[in-house]
Formats: sequence, structure tokens, C-alpha cells
Amino acid sequence: MTVAVFAFYVFALVTIGSGLMVTFSRNPVHAVLWLISAFVGATGLFVLLGAEFIAMLLLIVYVGAVAVLFLFVVMMLDVDFAALKGEMARAMPLALLIGVVLLMQIGIAFGSWRVSSGASISNPTPTDIDNARAIGLLIYDRYIYLFQAAGLVLLVAMIGAILLTLRHRTGIKRQNVLHQMWRDPAQTIEMKDIKPGQGL
Amino acid sequence: MAVGIEHYIMVAATLFVIGIFGLFLNRKNVIVILMSIELILLSANISFVSFSSFNGDLTGQIFTLFVLTVAAAEAAIGLAILVVFFRNRGTIDVEDVNVMKG
Repeated sequence: MTVAVFAFYVFALVTIGSGLMVTFSRNPVHAVLWLISAFVGATGLFVLLGAEFIAMLLLIVYVGAVAVLFLFVVMMLDVDFAALKGEMARAMPLALLIGVVLLMQIGIAFGSWRVSSGASISNPTPTDIDNARAIGLLIYDRYIYLFQAAGLVLLVAMIGAILLTLRHRTGIKRQNVLHQMWRDPAQTIEMKDIKPGQGL
Repeated sequence: MAVGIEHYIMVAATLFVIGIFGLFLNRKNVIVILMSIELILLSANISFVSFSSFNGDLTGQIFTLFVLTVAAAEAAIGLAILVVFFRNRGTIDVEDVNVMKG
């Protein structure tokens, strides 16, 4: 058993075990941490497959952004998760049945799967340049419109998320910059003539 | 014994089934449902990258980039909707989502 084979089994076990723990953990904070572990396992698999750029992107985007977003939301919402988990045991037989049936269907489909003789390779992997450079050459050249569309998707998601969660509470003192700039001394300052020893 | 494409596909298929399993097991908890969807998308990414690697075709890795983009956008929007829903109703139970019932 070489190092690569051993590493594959370690990463595969980490990914699948963490995926199972995501669905089983009672505490959602633990579920998010297991999700991070599953992503790290998948990153290892991608490195073994020779897709270093996608692997690092997965680590940055999923672990660094998406999982932390999940963690923030889980911590911010004050939800009684024990009540939500109450009927997990009741849903278990149906979920197990669907899972086993689906797994068998995928197995049957994979058993009769073969590559079509007419299949061709559209973007062959270059052997003389590294992975990140090859992907960069493809997305900035051949798939530039799709790349721009992906940026648009992220822009729409960002605006949508801000718009959904923004709220203006009433009864809170806010800074009104225009109001501040429009203040003029003639309206806001009053001259008082104070006698010595008397006060106002 | 070398690790072939079948091994990677098997990992992806197992992760996909775990994701579906999680959807049905945690029917009431929207946060875990969103996490299960992330697992399903991750399994799709593993399939794409393994086919890309074993066939010597870079298109699969490009597609993985877009799956990653859509997954990030979906998580952001989904969690935003969840926060708004919790703010309005005080719960995230899926069975309480019935305001639009006719």
C-alpha cells in the first residue's frame, strides 16, 4: 500500500464520516464543525486528483466563507434545537429506506456505465504548465462570458442577502449627515447676556 | 492496488446519499437541510474533478468553479432568508412555514 493509496483512504473516510456526523449531530454548531471537516477531507481528495487550484479554492470558499457564515447564523439565532431534533428517531426508518434505495440505484447505474465510443475531450489537460495556470488560461479565454456570469450571480446574491437582512429599527438615534451639514449658527446658537454672580 | 476512478465515484455517491439521507432525517431543521445541500453539491464536485482528472479533460474543473459559485450564493441567500424568517416568526421549524397557505 503506497502513500497515495493510504492517503486516499484516509481522506475518503474523513469525508464520509464527517458527512454522516453532519446529519447525526444534535448540536448544529458541531454539525457545522463536521461540515468543515468534510470539506477538508474533500480538499485532500482533490489534491490527490491533481486539482490543486480547485482544492485551495474549496478550502478558501467553503471553509473560509460558507462554513463561517453557517457558524455565525447558528450562533446568532437563539433556537431551541433540542425541540427540532425530537422526531429524528421517527424519521429514521424512512430516511434509511430512501438512502439504501438510492444507493442501490446508483450502484446499478454505475454497474452498467461505460464511456461512449464517440466521446471526445474538449479541453485536454496541458502537461507542460501547472494546474492553476491551465485553469486561468481556460476561464479567461474560452469561458470568459461564463466567468462574468458567475460574478453576476455572486453580485446578485450579495445584494439580495443585504436587502433581505437590512432593517431600520425605529427609536434609535442615527447620524444624519445632511442634517448636520445644514445646521447653521443663526438657528442653533442663541446669545445670552449673563449677569456676573447670578447664573442663567 | 492503485486507486481508480471507481473509488472516487463511490466516495461521491456515498456523500450524495448521505446528503439526501440528511434531508429526510432533519426535516424540521432548516440549517441542517442547507448543510445537507452543501454536502450534495460537494459530492457533485468530487465527481466532476475525478472525471476531469482521470479523463485528462480540464472542463470538469472549470464546471466545479461554477458549482462552487452557485453553492456560495445559495448559502448566502438561504441563510439570509432564514435570518429574516427567524426574526419574523421566532422559530426555524419548516412546518411553521405556512403563511402563504391559501
